Amino acid sequence: MTDNIVEIDNLSFGYGGRMLHKGINMSFPRGKVVAIMGGSGSGKTTLLRLIGGQLKPVDGEVRVDGTVVHEQGRRELQKLRRKMGMLFQMGALFTDLSVYENVAFPMREHTSLPESMIRDLVMMKLNAVGLRGARDLMPTELSGGMARRVALARAVALDPAIIMYDEPFAGLDPISMGVICNLIRRLNDALGATSIVVTHDVREAFSFVDYVYFVADGMVAAEGTPDELSKSTLPFVHQFVHGEVDGPVPFHYPAPDYRGDMLRGHDV
Amino acid sequence: MSRLLSGFDSLLRGIGHRLVDQFWRLGSAARFFAYTLIYSGESLRRPNLVIREIYFTGVLSLIIIIVSAFFVGMVLGLQGYNTLQKYGSSEAIGVLVALSLVRELGPVVTALLFAGRAGTAITAQIGLMKATEQLSAMEMMAVSPIARVVAPRFWAGVISMPLLASLFSMIGILGGYLVAVPIIGVDGGAFWSQMQASVDFREDVMNGFIKSCVFGVACAMIALFEGYDAPPTADGVSRATTRTVVNSSLAVLGLDFVMTSFMIS
Repeated sequence: MTDNIVEIDNLSFGYGGRMLHKGINMSFPRGKVVAIMGGSGSGKTTLLRLIGGQLKPVDGEVRVDGTVVHEQGRRELQKLRRKMGMLFQMGALFTDLSVYENVAFPMREHTSLPESMIRDLVMMKLNAVGLRGARDLMPTELSGGMARRVALARAVALDPAIIMYDEPFAGLDPISMGVICNLIRRLNDALGATSIVVTHDVREAFSFVDYVYFVADGMVAAEGTPDELSKSTLPFVHQFVHGEVDGPVPFHYPAPDYRGDMLRGHDV
Repeated sequence: MSRLLSGFDSLLRGIGHRLVDQFWRLGSAARFFAYTLIYSGESLRRPNLVIREIYFTGVLSLIIIIVSAFFVGMVLGLQGYNTLQKYGSSEAIGVLVALSLVRELGPVVTALLFAGRAGTAITAQIGLMKATEQLSAMEMMAVSPIARVVAPRFWAGVISMPLLASLFSMIGILGGYLVAVPIIGVDGGAFWSQMQASVDFREDVMNGFIKSCVFGVACAMIALFEGYDAPPTADGVSRATTRTVVNSSLAVLGLDFVMTSFMIS
């Protein structure tokens, strides 16, 4: 057994000739919370899908627990996915099922536990995210933060070894953000799992993660502990961490000369 | 001249592009159908899933089917009587109503209503499940969306359609009876006995039943594929829903012609 539960080795991926990732190397040690950060559209979410085997790399490989993900058949991939839990950006709760049934869903699908035990487990998971009292609500009745917490309870329903979070803070108020940060850390440590958090919220992420990868232009632009990166003098990291408008990442989308563009009038 | 040529060139290219696109779609639809059949075993082993979907597609379509059937039957009674009485054979009204319903109108109108009522609901639901990442989430939970979401809905459609079509024919005949016998005053005995004598179980009833089963497969498959294949945006889902109605209707009418020509010959 290696110390890293997930390893990404020289990974390249792209859609229709446009490469999104160009040779990415990352490793995720067991028991740690690791953040993948980068601007919008830098392919962070795609990385999670590559780890989950929903996409196949163009080159390189992703290994989960020593197994190369894209070489697995359907059954092996399903077996591998049972070790993973994923929290989607908007929660992705099943809208036709209640909160209780959403959390019970993976248990019903993958185990033949008696109903009484499923009930106990669902209550424990919901209690861990503080929503035991909301078990009879439907997903449409939940606020954004609550939906995210229910989805988190569902993601950890089968005690996965790897928990992946896709933008867990997007669109949340500061209190909910704090709650989610706290939960990610607590659940990770309580379950002895490894967490991979994809986000662009620097302040939140730096407050609780162990290690950070910065992705830019399809490559790992920088990596290190939050402390190291806060002090980094690399221009890109500096711009990102301090939220500066212009820098190595330009404010303007590539465009022809402004003056020339304006003078040309309607003749485009 | 060169402008004309380049216009012609881009027109040709456009047509070719669309054609190739359609072939791709046809291919992925066929693959989707095959997967649905392969995964059907898994979902049929859990009949609860199928029964739940029969409720949504079949039971909730009952009102529209019953009301439409009643009106179609009444109109058939009126129109049929109007024409038949010119030839002095208004007692044959029962045969006319029953044969038109059992052979054609029952299966076809039910399928068209089914596509509009249940097909659109299925497409929109699956399209939105895709747009809100519910299908991805299921996949990541090591649960196949085809086995869990698609196959139960497919079988629910295939089972519901013949039942709804039979009900349509039955209610339609009642509607026809109501207009012809108590209101117009055609002899009730002649209405039923002529019908009984002229409607053949194998030739008419069974053929109608076979048609409705085929329509069930076609409508359910089109609705499911359009939903599953829809771009995950508001625009994509709305276009997919429209395509479900258009394609299902065309498929039903086309298949009806083909099957009728085989059944009659």
